[in-house]
Amino acid sequence: MYETNYHRAGSVAEAAEKMAGADDGKFLGGGQTLLPTMKQRLAAPSDLIDVTKIAEMKGICADGDGVSIGAATTHAEVAGSDLVKQTLPGLASLAGGIGDPAVRHMGTIGGSIANNDPAADYPAALVALGATVITSKRELAAEDFFTGMFETALEDDEVVVSVKFPGAAASAYAKYPNPASRYAMAGVFVAKGKDGGVKVAVTGAGQDGVFRMSAMETALAGNFSPDAVAGIAPNADDLLSDLHGSAAYRANLVTVMAKRAIAAAG
Amino acid sequence: MAVEGIGARALRKEDKRFITGKGRYTDDMTMPGMGFAAFVRSPHAHAKVTGIDASAALAMPGVDAVLTGDQLIGDGIGNLICGWMIHSKDGSPMKMGGWRALEPEIVRHVGQAVAVVVADTQAQARDAADAVVVDYEELPAVIDPLAALEPGAPQLHPEAEGNLIYDWEIGDEAATNAAFEKAAHVTRMEIHNNRLVPNAMEPRAALAGYDAAEEHYTLYTTSQNPHVARLVLSAFYNVAPEHKLRVIAPDVGGGFGSKIYIYPEEMVCLWASKRVGRPVKWVSDRTEAFLTDAHGRDHRSEAELALDADNRILGFRVKTVANLGAYMSLFSSSVPTYLYATLLSGQYDIPAIHANVKTVYTNTTPVDAYRGAGRPEATYLLERVMETAAREVGLSPAEFRRKNFIRTFPHQTPVIMCYDAGNYDATLDAALKAADYDGFAARKAEAASRGKLRGIGLSCYIEACGIAPSAAVGSLGAGVGLWESAEVRVNPVGTIEVLTGSHSHGQGHETTFAQLISERFGLDTDAVSIVHGDTDKVQFGMGTYGSRSGAVGMSAIVKALDKVEAKAKKIAAHLMEAAEGDIQIEGGELKVAGTDKKLSFTEVALAAYTAHNLPEGMEPGLKEGAFYDPTNFTFPAGTYVCEVEVDPDTGKTEVVSFVAADDFGNIINPMIVEGQVHGGITQGIGQALLENASYDENGQLLTASYMDYCMPRADDVPSYQLSTHVTECPGNPLGMKGCGEAGAIGSPPAVINAITDAIGNNGLSMPASPEKVWALCQAGMRQAAE
Ligand SMILES: Cc1cc2nc3c(=O)[nH]c(=O)nc-3n(C[C@H](O)[C@H](O)[C@H](O)COP(=O)(O)OP(=O)(O)OC[C@H]3O[C@@H](n4cnc5c(N)ncnc54)[C@H](O)[C@@H]3O)c2cc1C
Repeated sequence: MYETNYHRAGSVAEAAEKMAGADDGKFLGGGQTLLPTMKQRLAAPSDLIDVTKIAEMKGICADGDGVSIGAATTHAEVAGSDLVKQTLPGLASLAGGIGDPAVRHMGTIGGSIANNDPAADYPAALVALGATVITSKRELAAEDFFTGMFETALEDDEVVVSVKFPGAAASAYAKYPNPASRYAMAGVFVAKGKDGGVKVAVTGAGQDGVFRMSAMETALAGNFSPDAVAGIAPNADDLLSDLHGSAAYRANLVTVMAKRAIAAAG
Repeated sequence: MAVEGIGARALRKEDKRFITGKGRYTDDMTMPGMGFAAFVRSPHAHAKVTGIDASAALAMPGVDAVLTGDQLIGDGIGNLICGWMIHSKDGSPMKMGGWRALEPEIVRHVGQAVAVVVADTQAQARDAADAVVVDYEELPAVIDPLAALEPGAPQLHPEAEGNLIYDWEIGDEAATNAAFEKAAHVTRMEIHNNRLVPNAMEPRAALAGYDAAEEHYTLYTTSQNPHVARLVLSAFYNVAPEHKLRVIAPDVGGGFGSKIYIYPEEMVCLWASKRVGRPVKWVSDRTEAFLTDAHGRDHRSEAELALDADNRILGFRVKTVANLGAYMSLFSSSVPTYLYATLLSGQYDIPAIHANVKTVYTNTTPVDAYRGAGRPEATYLLERVMETAAREVGLSPAEFRRKNFIRTFPHQTPVIMCYDAGNYDATLDAALKAADYDGFAARKAEAASRGKLRGIGLSCYIEACGIAPSAAVGSLGAGVGLWESAEVRVNPVGTIEVLTGSHSHGQGHETTFAQLISERFGLDTDAVSIVHGDTDKVQFGMGTYGSRSGAVGMSAIVKALDKVEAKAKKIAAHLMEAAEGDIQIEGGELKVAGTDKKLSFTEVALAAYTAHNLPEGMEPGLKEGAFYDPTNFTFPAGTYVCEVEVDPDTGKTEVVSFVAADDFGNIINPMIVEGQVHGGITQGIGQALLENASYDENGQLLTASYMDYCMPRADDVPSYQLSTHVTECPGNPLGMKGCGEAGAIGSPPAVINAITDAIGNNGLSMPASPEKVWALCQAGMRQAAE
């Protein structure tokens, strides 16, 4: 690791201020992505601004018929929250399947979505549930927030403060993990809105990160059952292909995981 | 603790320090004023080094020195060696290219060291290493071993034309060809044994210090065999004469073979400690471990099995190309030859075997022995072929094997080995029973009702441990003898120190070896300590690998104990005025048979040291040493049965049950043996399903971290069902065979045989990744549809 300066921010405003004063600063969430990258000497921020101690960025609360989750909330807190389990069971199970216990007790939802790893789990939930990302500057619809592989609409000095999820009639997530890293090779989040509308979002497989499967959504609108999507797969040309799985294999996994998520959503 | 002798499930004495974080590893050691080394490594698989500019690095804070290969050569430091000479079938010696600890001219694999920085802190050393500018002129690289043998392939070493190191053979080619001519059925397969990265939990490390006044070096290092390290560092690398070099391998966190070898980094630390004038520490990071720890396996083979009309094996013909990577590591030459092809007879009576092995250089990390070393490759080859042949001729795989078992001992195979004892029916029967082999059809049907494909696979392995009679290995080209030494020191108060040349890096020697003494003298195991891993304490030893610490290391202890016992009895007889033949040792006391006269072990020990009243002419003291040279290899064997369920939608394999019935000869501590088998099987399942060192065509290791290199985890394996059957090994005093590698040797073919059974397609290679299995399932469904 290269030398760096550590700051602990007490408020969102202070975090932004510290960032403005830094040469090449980075916000620090749970550090589960950023610190390993620094240890491998692949990143060398001059300053780290820890946002995990900011009270207004922590915790989970009911918000209308949905939930609002502070950006510094850990995956373990989301997975263990009775409120999330009742309101959005798919989201709770997704958080409980991220990494391993150590990662889940450190990693945060804000850090995960700010990083937008194409194999990360949360982006699928945000997009399928139609979540809103609340930052230090504005509110963004999830689909506008995620802009490509490892890319988001965030500006350098913009902090994710919380994520607001509307309620859903049903939600479920099915993930096929990469055997080595256990990130998603294909993760499919299926959400049935209170209005009956269905959204299907896929992570792990797309070259540009999370994407929606509109063909599946249409099929499910009339017939919310695994069979409805059995013949629907994404175009393999748009999918990732690597050591662990070709695009064709991933395309198949998307279909299989979609079926399993639908079955789980009931 | 208590008196816990042979057969006791004694808890491990060493675990107190390990599980409380009090182990003492090389990285825990410090020396006053020590600096840290960081290596500058090649980013290219094959390139000329055209210039090294260290000026910027030297100007950085805390930097003492930047050393390169030219300085190393200038100081007379020798090339790295390979300790086993193999001759090609034409009689010519193996073609070995030069390997320098820091390469000044041509780098031949990604990660090869070209320079080292020594600085005050590890961070400073790394920063400065990044600032060393090395100019390279890239050369074409060759990664695939078969491509390396093609005419026109990039050439690695001028010494090895066509990248061929040797073209070796074993067995009777004419007799084998004749067997195929009269065969009623021939099974042919192409088999790839995938390349693995050892991944010991503790990475390699070294701390070297030089005492200018004494002209004496001390090296703490992660070694499985510190005496061999000292010998090689001294005799071949010219760092220092042996009596001026102390090598200490303290607690070592796993080796699996990868810590047998003497690597560039450890040697460079030693050399640099004198040159820079301060102690130097280096601890490998995980990326360096992936790139520089010797890899394992990597064989491409063609195998043919000839059967008569009654399905008895007539002959076995094998051609193997083994990839040794960019340089010949210390024992690399012996692995695909004498540790591999000599096991090709398996548990079967095969009249004729011929194997041809070519080893090649490629622009990849050097390959050497890794848990099992050659025997997993032989077992995988033979047991895949056996299962396939059984399917082809329509016999049950169990019955086909049984039909061909060796049943009389000793049995001379056509490939050097003479099996001394075994009972292959016993382990096969035990495994089939534990696995409920006969009930498989019902389980398969039940799985099918859940949409899963269930399969069952067998593996009847044999391996050779207790390596090995020194004269025998010497005649086969080994540069060392493979005996072991021990010294038993009884202290005046009757406690005992056992000094052994074996080295424990997870095996539990401190417990098992103490049980031997507990058994012999009826002493508490707490009254015994096992001393190992320090060349200043133990006179000499060959270290631990090849499951030899029991069969060879403990045999040396037994010999020393025999001498101690004889002397103690003489003293006791003298003190109690009894005949020596009437002295019995029981419960920590020396008794005169048939009387109530007795002396405690402590009293006898004290008498030996006070020396006030010893038998006429007896030397004082109670301390004896012994060297034990094995009489033969030992031959652990057994049957493994694996049952899997495949999800045809994703190709994911779940190992739902795994049965192991092993014959390890006599067992000292069944709990420790079970632990060895658990670890071994898990590594074997890892190889079969998950692990693979994967290079791109430019020689970049794609799987250089745990994000991509998949190690088996607890949820990848089932709870194992283990049993043992004992046929005593006649070759050593304890009747032991060894258990350290069997799990890793026997398990991969059982897993692959089970998957191929499940999916009804034999064209599967390791690792059986979900995508490969899925693709075969798809192909099967397409075929069925047509
Ligand atoms: C072994 C391992 C396994 C993992 N497995 C999975 C998995 O299966 N699925 C999965 O989805 N993820 C997985 N992860 C990643 C994990 O979920 C991380 O928690 C996540 O990627 C980053 O979150 P963090 O809080 O640790 O952020 P950090 O690592 O601290 O930061 C990541 C990035 O986000 C920025 N950032 C952090 N917080 C904010 C904020 N509030 N506002 C703006 N920017 C911010 C940082 O500046 C940095 O660029 C794994 C990680 C590890 C180490």
